[in-house]
Amino acid sequence: MSDQTSMISARGLRKSFVQRSRKGPGIEFEAVRGIDVDVRRGVAFGFLGPNGAGKSSTMRMICCVSPVSGGELRIFGLDPATHGPEIRSRIGVCPQEDTLDNELNVWENLYVYGRYFGLPRDVVRDRIDELLDFVQLTEKAQAKVDDLSGGMKRRLTIARSLINKPEILILDEPTTGLDPQARHVIWDRLFRLKQQGVTLVLTTHYMDEAEQLADRLVVMDKGVIVAEGSPRELIEQYSTREVAEIRFGVGENEALAPKVEDLAERVEVLPDRLLLYTDDGERALQDVLGRGLRPETTLVRRATLEDVFLRLTGRSLAD
Amino acid sequence: MALVNTAVTTAVARPVRPGEAVGLLVYRNLLSYRRAWFVFATGFLEPVLYLFSIGIGVGRIVHGFEFNGEAIDYRDFVAPGMVAASAMNGALLDATFGFFFKLKYDKLFDQMLATPLTTLDVARGELAWSLLRGGIYSAAFVVVMLLMGLVGSWWAVLVVPAALLIGLAFGAVGMALTTFMRSWQDFEYVTLGMLPMFLFSATFFPVTAYPDWLRWVVECTPLYRGVVLCRELTTGALSWGSAVSVVYLVALGVGGLVVVRRRLDRLLLK
Repeated sequence: MSDQTSMISARGLRKSFVQRSRKGPGIEFEAVRGIDVDVRRGVAFGFLGPNGAGKSSTMRMICCVSPVSGGELRIFGLDPATHGPEIRSRIGVCPQEDTLDNELNVWENLYVYGRYFGLPRDVVRDRIDELLDFVQLTEKAQAKVDDLSGGMKRRLTIARSLINKPEILILDEPTTGLDPQARHVIWDRLFRLKQQGVTLVLTTHYMDEAEQLADRLVVMDKGVIVAEGSPRELIEQYSTREVAEIRFGVGENEALAPKVEDLAERVEVLPDRLLLYTDDGERALQDVLGRGLRPETTLVRRATLEDVFLRLTGRSLAD
Repeated sequence: MALVNTAVTTAVARPVRPGEAVGLLVYRNLLSYRRAWFVFATGFLEPVLYLFSIGIGVGRIVHGFEFNGEAIDYRDFVAPGMVAASAMNGALLDATFGFFFKLKYDKLFDQMLATPLTTLDVARGELAWSLLRGGIYSAAFVVVMLLMGLVGSWWAVLVVPAALLIGLAFGAVGMALTTFMRSWQDFEYVTLGMLPMFLFSATFFPVTAYPDWLRWVVECTPLYRGVVLCRELTTGALSWGSAVSVVYLVALGVGGLVVVRRRLDRLLLK
């Protein structure tokens, strides 16, 4: 699917905010501290990281609604500072918070939005029919936005972001706050878009979402990129194949960690459990029990991006 | 189903021209008010009620009222003031409460800035809407005046464009001030500014009633400029002062728009 055309390229990209205070000079806060990113056509590109990692700031700069503080950013080879409207006419944006127009119904939301892209009336009408069908909201065309469920609002936002047939679709935390069923519907739709060759750029703090959707990922933490690769590459590079999770009583986990340290390649101590990184989880678990230790619960699983993140930053994504 | 990147039509998204953008924002507001026509209509009522109560009611007991050296009916004096006030009301309702809601709660402008629209498009479009609302109110008011035989000069035809100037000035300044507001409480200041202007800007009695210094203050308020402009038109008493009012109102409108655009940049393009 992907070719060599660069859709987004960032070199040493920075974003800082000055927090003004009434007394004294403002304090400068750096949200993005010099990142290099290349997104090629047809790729689903993920930014994975906890809240506050700088993902949303990066997205806002790409959407041309946040001036670049330093470094270089090009979208379709154009500079957002001078070609904002041109760039925005070619991208679709699905923001973190739904920004639907509550005073208009579902159909009108799409219609007005489509017209903002300079598209003729009949073209917008045709596309609305297609898009409502695509996100399964045809029956809701005349519904008020307020009466839609969270999942439906998200689907409407996705439909809206596709009205200009964008070359890049930007999704900031597309499924945050949705129940599991609604998330799977969204993932399914995004997957179809990906198959149609739309370049997807998404941010998420859900590792399962990143694994499901992203071909390439950057892991961000505190404004910098700490790792880059496909989900599989990252797991192979930064984790073992399997993880044995063992949970002792409250407060005992840390104290017991030294007794199992030699049973795995690496042991992570979390407040509520120990993670033993090994290529054979069952074996490690047998060894633990063989030492007379009696964990309250145990679990053997494959390593995920969560483990990659833990390894890279010493923190879990939920923090 | 091939949905994207397949040419169903050859239409390509593009940045819209400034005039188109204004039209689209006005259209969006029309759509939203289609379901709230009652709210739209009630905004018009206040000056009409004042015309009946003060202009006509109180007017019955006012005798020998003079304006511009001529004896005129008191209601003929009050009516043009109410045209100006209805233009102010119409423009300010959306430029303050409506604009604040769209900016802070509805995130409507964030939505627009995800499209090729710019902050200048947003500022111009919203101002155009305020202007239109003010214009509709004053046009309706002129119709009321005509029906009641309160129009004494053909110049009155120009009252509607004059009311649009009032809408321009109040709409732009109202929006500019609104960008500085932090919460709904701050709108008390709007009421605090509007009510005295409404009561004391030569709407119900001439400025000659004031001591000199206060008269100067009143003559500098935008509503006063609008009121005298409308009155000069309905009574046919145009002068160089009318041109001053026009320039003053246009300057406020343009200045306000510049501030709105800069503030939107600051608030939305962080």
